[in-house]
Amino acid sequence: MDAILIQLLNGLDKGAAYSLIALGLTLAFGTLGVVNFAHGALFMLGAFCAVTFQKILTISKRVKDESITFFDAYKDQPYLEIWWGDTGAAIIDYAVPLSILFAIPVMLLIGVALERGLIKHFYKRSHAEQILVTFGLAILIQEVVRHFFGANPIPTPAPDVVSGSAAIGSFLGLSDNLVYPWWRLIYLFFSGVIIFAVFAFLKYTTFGMVVRAGMADRETVGLLGINVQKRFTIVFAIAALVAGLAGVMYAPILPPDYHMGMDFLVLSFVVVVVGGMGSLEGAVAAGFLLGVLQSFASMNEVKAIIPGIDQIIIYLVAVIILLVRPRGLMGREGVFEE
Amino acid sequence: MKGLMQNNLAMMVLFSIVVLSAPIWANPIGANYPDLLQKFAIFGIFAIGYNLLFGLTGYLSFGHATFLGVGSYTAVWSFKLLSMNIIPAILLAIIVSGIFALIIGFLSLRRSGIYFSILTLAFAQMAYSLAYSVLTPITNGETGLQLTQQDPRYLDVLAGVVVEDGLPSTNLFGMLMKANGGYSGFYFAALILILSFYISLKIFRSPFGLKLKAIKSNQTRMKYTGFNTKPYLLTAFVISGMYAGLAGGLLASIDPLAGAERMQWTASGEVVLMTILGGSGTLVGPLLGAGVIKYFENIFSALNQAELIEVFSFMPEFLQNILVFICTPFVGEGWHLTLGAIFMLVVIFLPGGIIEGLQRVSGYIRRLVGFDKEQVNKESKEERA
Repeated sequence: MDAILIQLLNGLDKGAAYSLIALGLTLAFGTLGVVNFAHGALFMLGAFCAVTFQKILTISKRVKDESITFFDAYKDQPYLEIWWGDTGAAIIDYAVPLSILFAIPVMLLIGVALERGLIKHFYKRSHAEQILVTFGLAILIQEVVRHFFGANPIPTPAPDVVSGSAAIGSFLGLSDNLVYPWWRLIYLFFSGVIIFAVFAFLKYTTFGMVVRAGMADRETVGLLGINVQKRFTIVFAIAALVAGLAGVMYAPILPPDYHMGMDFLVLSFVVVVVGGMGSLEGAVAAGFLLGVLQSFASMNEVKAIIPGIDQIIIYLVAVIILLVRPRGLMGREGVFEE
Repeated sequence: MKGLMQNNLAMMVLFSIVVLSAPIWANPIGANYPDLLQKFAIFGIFAIGYNLLFGLTGYLSFGHATFLGVGSYTAVWSFKLLSMNIIPAILLAIIVSGIFALIIGFLSLRRSGIYFSILTLAFAQMAYSLAYSVLTPITNGETGLQLTQQDPRYLDVLAGVVVEDGLPSTNLFGMLMKANGGYSGFYFAALILILSFYISLKIFRSPFGLKLKAIKSNQTRMKYTGFNTKPYLLTAFVISGMYAGLAGGLLASIDPLAGAERMQWTASGEVVLMTILGGSGTLVGPLLGAGVIKYFENIFSALNQAELIEVFSFMPEFLQNILVFICTPFVGEGWHLTLGAIFMLVVIFLPGGIIEGLQRVSGYIRRLVGFDKEQVNKESKEERA
């Protein structure tokens, strides 16, 4: 029972990351009709926003280490600690959550720049060309990041308070051994909030209503005198932001390195296709579904029956669903069909 | 010239001369290493095969590296179990990858467009993950499949081939692949390349090739005329998978190793890059693309800052510093940055690849030299037709 609960949480956690990335991908499909292979790179850029912010906070000055008296020893002390003492240290400790504030404008800016600078010119081109140009862009972003940050994963720890594990076992009245890392729980909660926010934004604001109308019938909305294009650009920026925030919060779980985006991109594409191209609900549902399936498949009991299933379950499910239900779980008719 | 290119024989002769004289013309551009020349030939074959699918039918497969990997593994197993002769290895590589292509193609081709891309990608990722995990007894996991001294090599034993100390080398009826400093390997690969090119030429100019082109331009219309497109697509897919298997078998023949990293989806991406860069749907484009990418990979990734300073040493110092500063991120480890940048520029400004670029340049020159404008127009119309 414990093991199952743990795997369920693991799966939901992974699924949350997939869902967030797939949500952004679907937003870009549905509005602009663009297949964005650089979306994984945006996720990675988000994670590196956290890294950069942490680096900025810990810009240090070389000072004499007073605790060593035998010889002259020096250590790096962040300016923040020198200026503000304990408050500064606390700010550094909370680097990852605080970097969300840093990531929001950065990711929005990147999103708008990307859409206006590149994607805009590819509306009329074929999907193959869209895939190819964004694939090139993904390589480019990845290599630029590697140039500046190196090839090794950079640890970005979560704040001290939540670096331990939550005793969910005793909380739920199950065994005391059942614990789960706090940060992963927070990630799960955070993704829920973001997903909810995106849906609420699309559903309950006038802006979202226009966007949904534009997704359904772009021409008519344009004929009504509404500048759909401008709104779609903003939606693309929001998609970039969602991917970025997913990346920021994922940094403590998986130390960011330059190719993490690619790893997630392939999976997220599969998620989008399974969920049904152009369906936001489908993307979220498929993300959680595949995350949970993957995590159950990695249990030893399952692996004993079908060896290797944990490696391929996602792709296997995708193949089966695509062959049996060509439009994906919740795909609508006529979306991305040639 | 145009009429000459329409003639199969003339084109083949020209092509063979260019390929076989590669060690001569590669010398001045600093590419005359057997290693690199072999790579030109092998990846040329890979790209030619990929072009038969993507260039002719427009189906963008993101899983072709699987067939390359399968071909490599099959060839190495043939070296281990049968014989160090490369002929059975390559034949088996082609057959086995063909079977894989048949299965994957049959399933993937049930969908089109981006769904097809994702399906091939999913199959490729499955093959890659399995090669790393469960199939370790066959693929030897992360270490990669290698020859050992204890390999049985039944055919060789039957033929009475004596293996001296150390690992045996791949050969073609006794001629070692690494003889003559590796040029034997290159010439063998070059011959196969010429053969592959001939087959591709025949396909391009056959009714079958025309049908594939028709599927690319308007599949719906083809279907409405009562034409079942599926068997043709599947044939194209299997042929291009076999080409990839052939390339994989050749890779293993020249260096008897096979690793799962050859099947990673970035490897599939690379062959897409080659095809696009050269010009998809053209005969020689993919070959050009493969050559250019492998050449620049070799040149750029070998450069470092000190050499850059030397390269620009003829300039005034301040200009030199600026150029070195700009170029440093693009060479050595940063070669992929160059690749990504080139690739984006090509897709954005020159969707037809290098071939389209050459056509534009030659058209421009013709106009400058004073060709009649009408004649140029007429010719370009013919080209389009």
